[in-house]
Amino acid sequence: MQLTLLALILALLTVIGFQLGRSRAAASVGGRVAELHSVPSYHGLYVALWAGLPAAALFVLGTASEGWLAMQLVLSGLPDRLTAGDVQSLSLLKADILNLAHGVATGREPDPAVVAAARRYTSLRSLADWSLLAVGASLAVAGLAWGRHRVGPDLRARTAVERVTRVALVVCSLVAIVTTVGIVLSLLFEALRFFTVVSPLDFLFGTHWSPQMAMRADQVGSSGSFGAIPLFAGTALITVVAMLVAVPIGLMAAIYMSEYAGRGVRIWLKPALEILAGIPTVVYGFFAALTMAPFVRSVGGALGLDVSSESALAAGIVMGVMIIPFVSSLSDDVINAVPQSLRDGSYGLGATKSETIKQVVLPAALPGIVAAVMLAVSRAIGETMIVTMASGLTANLTANPLQAVTTVTTQIATLLVGDQEFDSPKTLSAFGLGLVLFGVTLCLNVVALRVVQTYREKYD
Amino acid sequence: MATTIQTQLKLRPSGDRRADQRGDGAPANKMTARGVAVFYGAKQALKGIDLDIPENRVLALIGPSGCGKSTFLRCLNRMNDTIDGCRVEGRIALDGEDVYGKTIDAVQLRARVGMVFQKPNPFPKSIYDNIAYGPRIHGLASGRDELDEVVQTSLKRAGLWAEVKDRLREPGTSLSGGQQQRLCIARAIAVSPEVILMDEPCSALDPIATAHIEELIDELRANYTIVIVTHNMQQAARVSQRTAFFHLGEMVECDDTEDIFTNPRDERTQGYITGRYG
Repeated sequence: MQLTLLALILALLTVIGFQLGRSRAAASVGGRVAELHSVPSYHGLYVALWAGLPAAALFVLGTASEGWLAMQLVLSGLPDRLTAGDVQSLSLLKADILNLAHGVATGREPDPAVVAAARRYTSLRSLADWSLLAVGASLAVAGLAWGRHRVGPDLRARTAVERVTRVALVVCSLVAIVTTVGIVLSLLFEALRFFTVVSPLDFLFGTHWSPQMAMRADQVGSSGSFGAIPLFAGTALITVVAMLVAVPIGLMAAIYMSEYAGRGVRIWLKPALEILAGIPTVVYGFFAALTMAPFVRSVGGALGLDVSSESALAAGIVMGVMIIPFVSSLSDDVINAVPQSLRDGSYGLGATKSETIKQVVLPAALPGIVAAVMLAVSRAIGETMIVTMASGLTANLTANPLQAVTTVTTQIATLLVGDQEFDSPKTLSAFGLGLVLFGVTLCLNVVALRVVQTYREKYD
Repeated sequence: MATTIQTQLKLRPSGDRRADQRGDGAPANKMTARGVAVFYGAKQALKGIDLDIPENRVLALIGPSGCGKSTFLRCLNRMNDTIDGCRVEGRIALDGEDVYGKTIDAVQLRARVGMVFQKPNPFPKSIYDNIAYGPRIHGLASGRDELDEVVQTSLKRAGLWAEVKDRLREPGTSLSGGQQQRLCIARAIAVSPEVILMDEPCSALDPIATAHIEELIDELRANYTIVIVTHNMQQAARVSQRTAFFHLGEMVECDDTEDIFTNPRDERTQGYITGRYG
């Protein structure tokens, strides 16, 4: 409540600051705007930033820390018998206080001291909110006054605004990087927990995958097995099938689009192909499970082959279709980037169109095409839904595309679906798999980038 | 260097084409253009050009930007076919045969009428493969040895052999600008064309590289018919025997180079070569 109010006050003050700064700047030179170092709207922005930024920073800091601060104060006021537990009982105590403060039933008769603490916590929070509102609003007013005071013909408001803009842009890009680092770290720590239970060697080189852990010691099938080789093999198999479909078709489509199709065809064809990329993978999934898998099975049957109803082939083919637009769209771009002068040079020597494409255009575009294929591979490796629906969960170690296999991503999904304990090796193994997956796709992307940079011809 | 080139030239079987020259010393016409008009969509770029291209001579096409010189050049080997919406009217003949006629295959024509472009455009292949490209697609060399020889001969003719003979496997793009352009000339020579069209071949090069190319053009004249588009009047005067002046899609006048530069008949030509406009 108080915080919403503060946000509104800040918004209002920045708007007022902008108006004040602008008009004061114009007034300071008697309306002869050309005598100002910066045009009046920059002065307006300058004052608005002074009014808004420090108070907003305080707002963020305050809301982030006040809960923690209030809790520390409350805990220090509690008798020792309550606070002297281990980490777990302390966090339980904190949860109790928070629940009582928010009026949520804890299901237990609360200790009177805890009830008092909850009441104290509520009042502290409210006090903190009000003081944050007061300090924030006065900081905004002070900022506004300071900014307005600085406004004058010689103030380099434009430069100052430029600096703030730059910092804002840096902060935005940092958000992306920090998030990535955070995800990787959490993946890493959970995976390390997994590797304290299961040896990394067993995980990476074991050939039997059966991620079960006994709830009770006497349970049947109590020993789990975490050899991930069948998953890696399954992933590789499906990826190979998908690439065998996607690369030739995507590349040929790209060549047709960039070299043969007229403008009229091209402006329709390219978006049409890109629609393929917009279909949700779940839809591909049931296409694979309900249409492609039975089709593959019946064709296999007609040829006298034994095809299981969920086959790597069906999943791979559909995944390949899904990836076609990746390959075609990226390749089309790189083929278009090959300078016309190279084609002219080839035609000028009496080469035909297909000779020119085969011997000049494609070699020149090769680095880009390789990068496109690499990106498509990492996309195929990361794909989950199609395989879950069409190729099943059986961890077969086989190179036969007519059998059911499972992939790393599918296993991660199944391991974490439903109610799970988050400290059993079964669920933790998902993080181990995730880490391997991340490593592989990262390597692929790095290699793709390196290929592009190393072999890129400089055309200027 | 010059002596090796001369030796090579003597070795060439078709090197005696000068025998075709008429008795009066004036060369025969290798190509003739009559009433050539070119349209890009609705816009007319060339208006009825009549021009003769003498054999074993260098014909320079000069004129201000946008006057149609390059367009005319690209008509001679039908490179304009690759541009959408380009239409060519009139008659262009190579050895008396209509190049836009049904009997001529545009792709084959370009092997007979080679082209060197404004910017050096070596393929992203090795120096060797750049030269071998044309002979390979036309099947001009049977076997490795013969291909090696064609590559060597072409590079020698283009005056590049001494500089690249130890690095034939390196990419063509690793050469300097002037070397790249000579590589492109060698590449054009490798398919044994009869005519070589050059579209401002020196405009992207420094003066030393330009001097190299000009020298080369003069030597090549013995074996090939050359048409060169240039913005550089001194260059036209130095390398060509005949010069044609183009202006606003028309061919204003065509004469011996000496006469054009010393005694132009048309005042537009006079204005252009003396630098009053263009």
